[in-house]
Amino acid sequence: MSNASTVNDWTKPAATAIPKEGYFTLEQGRYGATYPRTPACHGFTIIAKIKPGTEGEIRAYGKRIEDTIAASPHALAPLQLHYLRWVLFDIGPETYFMYQGIFDTDFDKYTEDAIQLFKATGVDTVFEKLEGFPTDWKTNAPAFIKFVREHQCPSFLEYGEYPYVSAAEIKKALALKQAFSSMLDHMQ
Amino acid sequence: MLELDDIQHFLLTRPRALAARYGFLRFRQPDQARSWLSGIIDRVGRGRAVQSGGPLDSRWVTVAFTWNGLRALGVEDACLATFPEEFRQGMAARAPILGDTGANHPDHWVGGLASPDLHAIVILFARDVTERARCVQEHQQYAAQFPAVEALSTLDLEATPPLDYAHDHFGYRDRMSQPEIEGMGVEPTPGTGAPLKPGEFFLGYPDENGDTGPLPQPDILSRNGSFLAYRRLDEHVGAFRDFLRANGATPEEQELIAAKLMGRWRSGAPLVLAPAQDDPQLAADPQRNNNFDYGKMDPHGYAVPLGAHIRRMNPRDTAVNMNRRRIIRRGGTYGPPLPEGAPEDGVERGIAAFVGCASLIRQFEFAQNVWANDPRFHELGNERDPFIGTQDGSYDMTIPKRPIKKKITGLPAFTSVKGGAYFFLPGIRALRFLADGTQPTRESTAYVSEGDVARTPWH
Repeated sequence: MSNASTVNDWTKPAATAIPKEGYFTLEQGRYGATYPRTPACHGFTIIAKIKPGTEGEIRAYGKRIEDTIAASPHALAPLQLHYLRWVLFDIGPETYFMYQGIFDTDFDKYTEDAIQLFKATGVDTVFEKLEGFPTDWKTNAPAFIKFVREHQCPSFLEYGEYPYVSAAEIKKALALKQAFSSMLDHMQ
Repeated sequence: MLELDDIQHFLLTRPRALAARYGFLRFRQPDQARSWLSGIIDRVGRGRAVQSGGPLDSRWVTVAFTWNGLRALGVEDACLATFPEEFRQGMAARAPILGDTGANHPDHWVGGLASPDLHAIVILFARDVTERARCVQEHQQYAAQFPAVEALSTLDLEATPPLDYAHDHFGYRDRMSQPEIEGMGVEPTPGTGAPLKPGEFFLGYPDENGDTGPLPQPDILSRNGSFLAYRRLDEHVGAFRDFLRANGATPEEQELIAAKLMGRWRSGAPLVLAPAQDDPQLAADPQRNNNFDYGKMDPHGYAVPLGAHIRRMNPRDTAVNMNRRRIIRRGGTYGPPLPEGAPEDGVERGIAAFVGCASLIRQFEFAQNVWANDPRFHELGNERDPFIGTQDGSYDMTIPKRPIKKKITGLPAFTSVKGGAYFFLPGIRALRFLADGTQPTRESTAYVSEGDVARTPWH
């Protein structure tokens, strides 16, 4: 069935409650179940315990990625991201890493491109600091993908102030606004 | 570097064949199946013949197996478990992922393709229909010795006239764009991209990432092998012609609509280089007919709509990791042509093709699941590939135009999937390994020359 019904009213913020599995009906992607688009678009929340003593190395990735993006602002463009948040937190004596992303592509669809991008930007090596990450990840994309899926925690509620709107649409609207504004100036 | 004496010819060359037959087989008994295989190995075409430049044979034989087929030949469970997940499941089980739903569902497939008893395919390419008949008779006489090797079904293919170039029943010229493999000494035509590392198509060689493994086990079975995705599509020529007439007032307008759906005129001339008018000379010139891109030359789709078939199947400079998404296509047409002006006659006709690659999930399934069937490809919203996307009458096709785009709604299904399967295409050494029923020994898991392979006599 087509999804013509997801032409939504961006003027009305919306929230969606999501079942425990992370989807309403099971739809198979190439690597497993796919998750629906919500008012907060697509995303994942990966949570994994870090290997003891690696907290400092993981934190250092913050600056690394800041520098990578400063040098090539569009490095992560294929992921169609809105936002990324990386968090380290403790539960008792153990430290956990949370990788949360909000983006416009179905994670299952562009998984191999994401891994290729992680490799190209050096992000992939942060995963090596996580417990249980496959040692042959470099040549075994399905194992990498399996780890990510096994550590994915689906949301049970998502809210969007401008529901379903993609980053590309937002940027087009802003560019249009800028051009229109400039045009009005020229008409003075 | 490429072992041309060991790699089957199928993905390395296209023989000059006007006729073909696909034989789909079931093995009821492993010993007979192995004997049968043993006797045909010498007839299986090798890649070496491509390079030798000798006189073309009049017939070419290819043999490949499903995962169930490897098991039916007696391959050990421990080895079977090392094959990729999607190959083990088989194409019919992956139907929801490929969009094979509704009219395309495996329940409607013919020829036993959806059955777990589909074990092998023998592909015969023949110079012409007479030669095909001769080969078929010869094989039938041979196969009569092995009643446990059963033909589930066969499919006869013939080139559809006019015969000056290959085309499908809709009239589109085919084989306009194909990747070249490093080491074959063939210069890619302009626009086709650099030659690709052999590991993108053949197991045991470095791929575009420089990786070689992990390989299904044992090495002797997987090295020089490839995976094939077989797809049989009935082409609804009457519905297609009705659609062109409904959306174009004149023959010229109808040709343009046909071109907009595909991304090339039916002559093969690319719209990017010939946006307003067909150009058969351009179509026939390999130095020009594939030399274009989208990001620089047609970013908004005024020449080639963003959802057109060739733009989906090869986004060129508008997608990342393109060198990991390439495929090699083989195949042809079946069924009699429908004469121009004749009403739809309900006779089965279409294309039966193979997609060859090293990774079905990354190269074939990605193209079908993402590029062909994702309604949000290129942020289009409600569109699928007009020819190989799953069409149920509820999807659109946007044709960018100045000042206002044209949107066709309720695209009918021009094709139906009538069969498909995942096959493994082994190297010659691997075929001998399968025919001998050899259990993997220390010697046979390393690369050794043919004479040294340890064999356990099976009778």
